[in-house]
Amino acid sequence: MGENVKVVRDATCTFCGCVCDDMHLTVDLDHKRITKAENACILGKAWFREHAIEERPLALIGGRPATTEAAVEAAAQILARARFPLIYGLSDTTCEAQRVAVAIADMIGGTVDTTTSVCHGPSGIAFEGVGESTASLGEIKNRADLVVFWGGNPAEAHPRLFSRYSVTPKGMFIPNGRKDRTVVLVDVRRTPSTPAADIFIQVKPRSDFEVLWALRALVRGRRVDPSIERRTGVSLTVLEDLVARMKSCRFGVFLFGMGLTMNRGRHFNSGALLALTTDLNEFTHWVAKPVRGHGNVTGADNVVSWQTGFPFGVNFSRGYPRFNPGEFTSVDLLTRGEADAALIIASDPADNFPKAAIEHLRRIPVITLDPKATPTTQLAQVAFTTATYGINVSGTVYRMDDVPITLRPAFESPYPSDEQVLTAIRDRVRALLGGNRLPAGAPVAAAS
Amino acid sequence: MPEMMTLIGGRSSKQGTTLCASKLGAEYAEISSTVEMNVEDMARLGLSNNSKVRLRTPVGEAILRCKGRETKDLPPGILFMTYGPLSSQLMAGDTAGSGMPISKNLDVEVEPIRDESGA
Amino acid sequence: MGSPLRIVNGRVYDPANGVNGAVQDVCVRDGKIVADVPPDAKRIDAAGMVVMPGGIDIHCHIAGPKVNLARKVQPETHRDDVQLRTRLTRSGTGGTVPSTFATGYRYAALGYTTAMEAAVTPLGARHTLEEFQDTPVLDKGFFVLVGNNLLLYRLLQEGRREELRHALAWWLKVTKGYAPKLVNPGGDEMWKGGRNANITSLDDKIGSFDLTPRRVIAAFIEAGNELGLPHPVHIHCNNLGHSGNVETTLETMRLAEGRRAHIAHIQFHSYGAAAGKSQSNPTSRARDIIEYINTHPNISADVGAVMFGPATIMTGDAPLAYMLRRFGSNKWVNADTENESGCGIVPFKYQDRVYTNALQWAIGLELLLLSEDPWRMVFSTDHPNGGSFMSYPRLIRLLMDRRYRKEQMAHVNQKALDQSALRDCQEREYSLSEIAIITRAGPARLLGLTDKGHLGVGADADLTIYEEDEDKEKMFSAPRYVIKDGELIIEDHELRADHQGRLLHVAPDYDPQIEQVIEPFFEDFYTIRFANYPVDDRYVPKGQIIPTTPSAAAAPATAGTRP
Repeated sequence: MGENVKVVRDATCTFCGCVCDDMHLTVDLDHKRITKAENACILGKAWFREHAIEERPLALIGGRPATTEAAVEAAAQILARARFPLIYGLSDTTCEAQRVAVAIADMIGGTVDTTTSVCHGPSGIAFEGVGESTASLGEIKNRADLVVFWGGNPAEAHPRLFSRYSVTPKGMFIPNGRKDRTVVLVDVRRTPSTPAADIFIQVKPRSDFEVLWALRALVRGRRVDPSIERRTGVSLTVLEDLVARMKSCRFGVFLFGMGLTMNRGRHFNSGALLALTTDLNEFTHWVAKPVRGHGNVTGADNVVSWQTGFPFGVNFSRGYPRFNPGEFTSVDLLTRGEADAALIIASDPADNFPKAAIEHLRRIPVITLDPKATPTTQLAQVAFTTATYGINVSGTVYRMDDVPITLRPAFESPYPSDEQVLTAIRDRVRALLGGNRLPAGAPVAAAS
Repeated sequence: MPEMMTLIGGRSSKQGTTLCASKLGAEYAEISSTVEMNVEDMARLGLSNNSKVRLRTPVGEAILRCKGRETKDLPPGILFMTYGPLSSQLMAGDTAGSGMPISKNLDVEVEPIRDESGA
Repeated sequence: MGSPLRIVNGRVYDPANGVNGAVQDVCVRDGKIVADVPPDAKRIDAAGMVVMPGGIDIHCHIAGPKVNLARKVQPETHRDDVQLRTRLTRSGTGGTVPSTFATGYRYAALGYTTAMEAAVTPLGARHTLEEFQDTPVLDKGFFVLVGNNLLLYRLLQEGRREELRHALAWWLKVTKGYAPKLVNPGGDEMWKGGRNANITSLDDKIGSFDLTPRRVIAAFIEAGNELGLPHPVHIHCNNLGHSGNVETTLETMRLAEGRRAHIAHIQFHSYGAAAGKSQSNPTSRARDIIEYINTHPNISADVGAVMFGPATIMTGDAPLAYMLRRFGSNKWVNADTENESGCGIVPFKYQDRVYTNALQWAIGLELLLLSEDPWRMVFSTDHPNGGSFMSYPRLIRLLMDRRYRKEQMAHVNQKALDQSALRDCQEREYSLSEIAIITRAGPARLLGLTDKGHLGVGADADLTIYEEDEDKEKMFSAPRYVIKDGELIIEDHELRADHQGRLLHVAPDYDPQIEQVIEPFFEDFYTIRFANYPVDDRYVPKGQIIPTTPSAAAAPATAGTRP
């Protein structure tokens, strides 16, 4: 390690939705590497360790090295010409960049969607129908004496969810930490998270909705037939015990994950859990929180919502925001072959989207912004190498509980930030179009 | 005769750390091409750790290597793999109008692959 | 912004400077009102028009974590009410909680140039500031929720008054807030910590704290005044919406003991209880409120009028929202914030046939019509709680046009009218000058914004020019011109330019030692680092610090009646 070392205190890790802001980084400025990340979990350590400066072209056009400026021109041409472009991703970049991305989508009359649509989109849809009682993570630390994890595996996906926020920490009204809490975990299989629980409830796959609905019935004093066990794998006795605990705690919390959203039922599952949480408030204080995956997917939800009124999958073709999951969400737009261009920012759909969607991405011009080479950047017509948020670039991110935090970067990058690239693209597209694009038949004058 | 099982896709710690390094790298490829299977199911199908299996759904297929799990951890009839290029091959694009494709609890056909090299 | 402008032939309403409809020139240059401009300056011929300072909304909910949750939970209201993109301006959606760009453009289109977001939790200040950046035209500020802050509670219960004052100053400064806000003080702590309990009286014990709402409210009134804040304290009283709550409101106002205090949306706090069996039915006690305010010049209020139609209950009063959820659309959002506050959201609709809604509507009007000092009973609907800001023109018409008001009174639940005194004050009509006071000059003075709400030399060049019309709703719905910082934003009813307003905030001094008290509290009980909590200047691309004038003595002060 070189002589030139800096310590950055209170930096933020943006690998997962925990967005822990107590990272103390030791930075080797000569080699532009983070050599130590105090307080980071195993995922955070990898995040900081592996994001060094890679020797790569600033941009690639058709697989050939190019300057950022040339790539901006190529990207702007693609977007200005496209008739039904998709702007997707955004969960691993700053709010400042996200705001520009939505501005571009609005300008060109395209569609903007975020990774939410394949993550907690169903929870967002459920939220629109039912509402949600929720809390910031510090409320869980300070008050929660009953914590129920449902359909998630925090030990592997959100390690510090247990240790910094919801299971072990001592809080103002939880002076003995873990000892003052009862932890329940509901899943279809045992995972490394299971040992953290006092009570493990194993449900049959595809039966979460029935279990949640039975719990709602029991909370409301209705009868549930013992045959529920055959259907769900969970006995009536276990359910009744859980209900008794839920009604008598002081502050209960559900932390739920993809086990509910990515499953048969999708938003019905999330909705059932949110409705159960509301029902429980008749008896004592209950909150629920969807556990978010990427560092700033919550920021993306917030930005898209405040700018358009809708959280994800927003289309601007008619000159105003329209929301309709299934119609304007990315997997659908790609699977049906409707998008004719895509701008993908800080995301890698070619790695994990359904097969048919990936095949369509290969057929249309794709522009990517990413610090690393990925399956998506490899199929892109124009690929920008950008700096990594939180490591090279500052900006605002939102933790899974909507707490906004400002990033403290560790070392500079020769690559531009997502915000800079998107701003350049936006400005060039605006010049090409002469302002915001107006759909055919729209009034020309600026009437409001 | 292929058997039907339920496939759950998800994240894992190892997947999380290797994707930070590179999604194009060998380590990530190895993680995302492994499928966890119940040991009793494996025994019945004549599979051992690292044996190859073909998983098939109506949209595509993928060849993965097995890793055994005890019944208390992974019930019979259930498979687990991490998200990645291979899980994508099995996922249908139909979201039932919700935007969300199904990536957990997929019905898959499971077929052991007889590999002469014994690898 | 720089180019000079002369507005001629308009009837000018500038009550702060004693101008009451005189036809006179108004000159603008470099974003300010000036005495004169060169003869070749651009002219606006305002013949047949009325010239007023730009509107100032003293209490609304337009930006931040709570507002965004309310946007997300009502997609159906956005679909019906879209904001088209133009060559220059962004698209958006409406309903009672519009998206940010639509919010700015629509307020501007009504002639408003300043708005105060009424309740922001400190942990969410950054979020509010980001949304502010995407809310065009308006100058904006926000009130910081402190009335359920657990560190401040600890200081107070230990009698550490000086430190409480320093900590309050710290909180205002690091969040870039404008004023301290109390919402159902103690109630949120009971809700979160007491298994969904609430405060019902000023002398209830607040959970595990050795405190009562009475002590909390008195302490903040004292501290806000000692700090010399331009707007010392803004109070959403306990027992909002409950029958008989007028007593709580009167007692709360008494706690000011001559110091300045502002009561938010006072209509919701002006209820008596019907006699006998229907005790839970509220009645109007607006008269008692008006009488108290008349005789106590230190007290001010915004009305919080209710307008029939859609609304969104969006409040830091979490237990209130829970109680209202069954009257709404069955959707309910609750969001607790560690150590600080909470909020509740319920989509809602006010209906003229429903007794309580009709009573609320009547009381809002009654308060304004009985008011003897328009400088201290100013205009609001607590947007969107009492109704959308888009209903402001109709409310103005109800105040100015007694025939129209009488027609509307005939449609509402008559039993409710019987329990109000609206019929007794139905002869009164507000003049244009009084409207200018309650929507412009009064709010500016109450907020301590000396460069706003008037058209004297040196004032910010924020102006609205309305075409005179007998139909006051029509008149106030669509100003012909709106000028912000000297720039023509609306011309001939059309949006001409996009414009970014500024953040109005305070930066009171405090003893830096207080951070040694605050930081350990963060270590133990927050989940964000102390170092990461304060908001830095990048979130304020355009800002203005409004000065504080601290004084050692807590001398009685008037809220400002005569100039």
